[in-house]
Amino acid sequence: MNQHPSAPVSCLPALLAVPLGAVFMALSLGSESQGLVFGLLLGGSMGLGLAHHLGWLDRAGCSAAAWPRTFGGAVLVAVAGVCLWFHDDPFVLFLIATVLVYTLACFGLNIQFGFVGVVNFAGASFVGVGCYTAAILTKHTAIPHLLVLLAGGLAAALVGSILLIPVLKTRGHYAALVTIAFALLFKIFLEVNDVMGGPQGLKSSGLKVLGWDFNRDVSLGPFEGSFYLNYVAMILALTVLGFILARRLEESWIGLKLDAVRLDELGGACFGLHVPRWKITAFTIGNFYCGVVGAFFAMMLGYIAPSNFAFGDSLILISIITLGGLGSLWGTVAATAIVILLPEKFQILQEYRFLLYAALVIVILLFRPQGLLPRPLRRYAMLQRDGS
Amino acid sequence: MDLALIAQHVVNGLMLGLIYALVAVGFTLFFGVLDIIKFSHGDVLTCGVFTAFAAFLGLQVLGLESKPLILVVIGVLGMAGMAVLGVLIARVLVLPLKGAPALNVLLITLMLGTVLRESIRLFFPDGANPKRFPALLPDWSHSWGRFTLRFDNTVLLITGLLLIVGVQLIIKHTKLGMAIRAVSQDEETAKVMGINFNLVVFITFAIGSALAAFAGLVSGLYYNEITFNMGLLLGAIGFSAAAVGGFGNLYGAIIGGFLFALLQTVGAVLLPFASAYKDVFAFGIIIVIMALKPTGLLGEKETQRV
Repeated sequence: MNQHPSAPVSCLPALLAVPLGAVFMALSLGSESQGLVFGLLLGGSMGLGLAHHLGWLDRAGCSAAAWPRTFGGAVLVAVAGVCLWFHDDPFVLFLIATVLVYTLACFGLNIQFGFVGVVNFAGASFVGVGCYTAAILTKHTAIPHLLVLLAGGLAAALVGSILLIPVLKTRGHYAALVTIAFALLFKIFLEVNDVMGGPQGLKSSGLKVLGWDFNRDVSLGPFEGSFYLNYVAMILALTVLGFILARRLEESWIGLKLDAVRLDELGGACFGLHVPRWKITAFTIGNFYCGVVGAFFAMMLGYIAPSNFAFGDSLILISIITLGGLGSLWGTVAATAIVILLPEKFQILQEYRFLLYAALVIVILLFRPQGLLPRPLRRYAMLQRDGS
Repeated sequence: MDLALIAQHVVNGLMLGLIYALVAVGFTLFFGVLDIIKFSHGDVLTCGVFTAFAAFLGLQVLGLESKPLILVVIGVLGMAGMAVLGVLIARVLVLPLKGAPALNVLLITLMLGTVLRESIRLFFPDGANPKRFPALLPDWSHSWGRFTLRFDNTVLLITGLLLIVGVQLIIKHTKLGMAIRAVSQDEETAKVMGINFNLVVFITFAIGSALAAFAGLVSGLYYNEITFNMGLLLGAIGFSAAAVGGFGNLYGAIIGGFLFALLQTVGAVLLPFASAYKDVFAFGIIIVIMALKPTGLLGEKETQRV
């Protein structure tokens, strides 16, 4: 199965790393006292440093890269395990769901910024489009909620298509201006309009799929859990789906073209690449991701307001993908966990949250501009492996 | 609509346009010398006006009474402080990233803006709430029917315009200005000609940041209120104005600034629905202009054809 040119790599290091990470996450999420959290964080960083020094991190990384599906499956099992461990703790489950929500939205931005190089400073606005779509549809119509998720994505993609012409025609800083102006415009619009609740926002009903009410506590025989378990399961499924789609996109010939457009637009065009087509594709898919996330988020929170979709929130999304490494999906997962969980577990930090994010991104850009887990070079062997 | 009301809107629009143009000139200057966007510019403005405000509080403790003197002192302190901050930003964050992808610089300065903004909110005493900025200019005014011309607005407008003209004279007619223009045109050649590149960059950042501090002061005196996040929108508007004018073009920035104020005023006055949509309208038009003129109204045309 494995056609990597060097000697076959064992899948054991990766499979060992996953449960270690899961146990660490479970301990951190479950610990109540600030001292314990701090100790765990310190221990974790030192452990990572030691593992890096001994070369274990590299080995785990290589083995994960050689066995992507096994590794992904193991991570999935680990996350599910952690969720079941906390089945009666609504707050922890809510945190996990939030991390997954941000992760999925950042996958979308990664397709735009990381794959094709179209930077979108209005990520939170497109999430907002999804949120408002879901709130309005669940209030006024009886459309099945799975379709509402889809409608959220489509609405975001549609709103995004308004920006297509300016995004395609402008470059560099001028292109950044277009999405920044849109992010500001969108937030102001939400605040001043009367139809969609103005600054007070809107209520949204909870998710219901095939008669299964997500807002009711789970009880299957002897097993009882918080109702957030429903939402975590749903967003986990969506995130896995989003991950697989993004990965497929990246590894396919489309991904190859997206890379070409990002690395050298002119060069790509010289070889007959239709640059606008691939920019439109990536931009629309990314906005679709954000919209689906938004629709889900609205139904999970039950209440949305314009302040959730400010420019600052879009910046957090961009910070996450920069922190994780542009175009690196696993990097995004790791960075989201750090960025969302750290301030939640350190209540003292809560107030300083934006300051810390911003400072963290500055430090990363100055000293490790490629991010925490940089995207590896494309391996062409991977293109054939599925067939063999 | 009678003439007096139109005149009133024109004066209000000119005040807004002046603030935007001052910010936009900073953006375009930085872009000129380094080809970068320094997005923390709006928050430098906030820092400037808060520095001036802190200086005002300090002078009150010292018991200084003369309002014009106070105004001059806090103005100079705010502008000097921001000039130093501008040089620091250039030295620590911008120059080390030279040669990195353009968006990295945009991101790092966006984040720096957040750091500055949050620092004011968290560390300035009661920084999260709006502050009343003292009215330091005499409140004389003269009315012609429904049109009221306030003395303080006139002074601010004239000072601001003089400042912009001054910067433009420096750029066009002094040796320093020639050095700045040389660096914008071709960095390598400018260096070969014996121009101290870093010094030119530092001076440009100092000028631009001092202008932002002045814009902040104008805004504070005009609205009589300052908040920790006032710079975010002003910065974004200044950025839009500079882009619409065409980055690197001084006149473009000035035109862009007044154009944005015009759009806002038109949006507030003429639109059939609520005037609250004026910013939505203005940003919407900006996006349309970018679609029609991808490098701004006065920007250099960039052609890439295959």
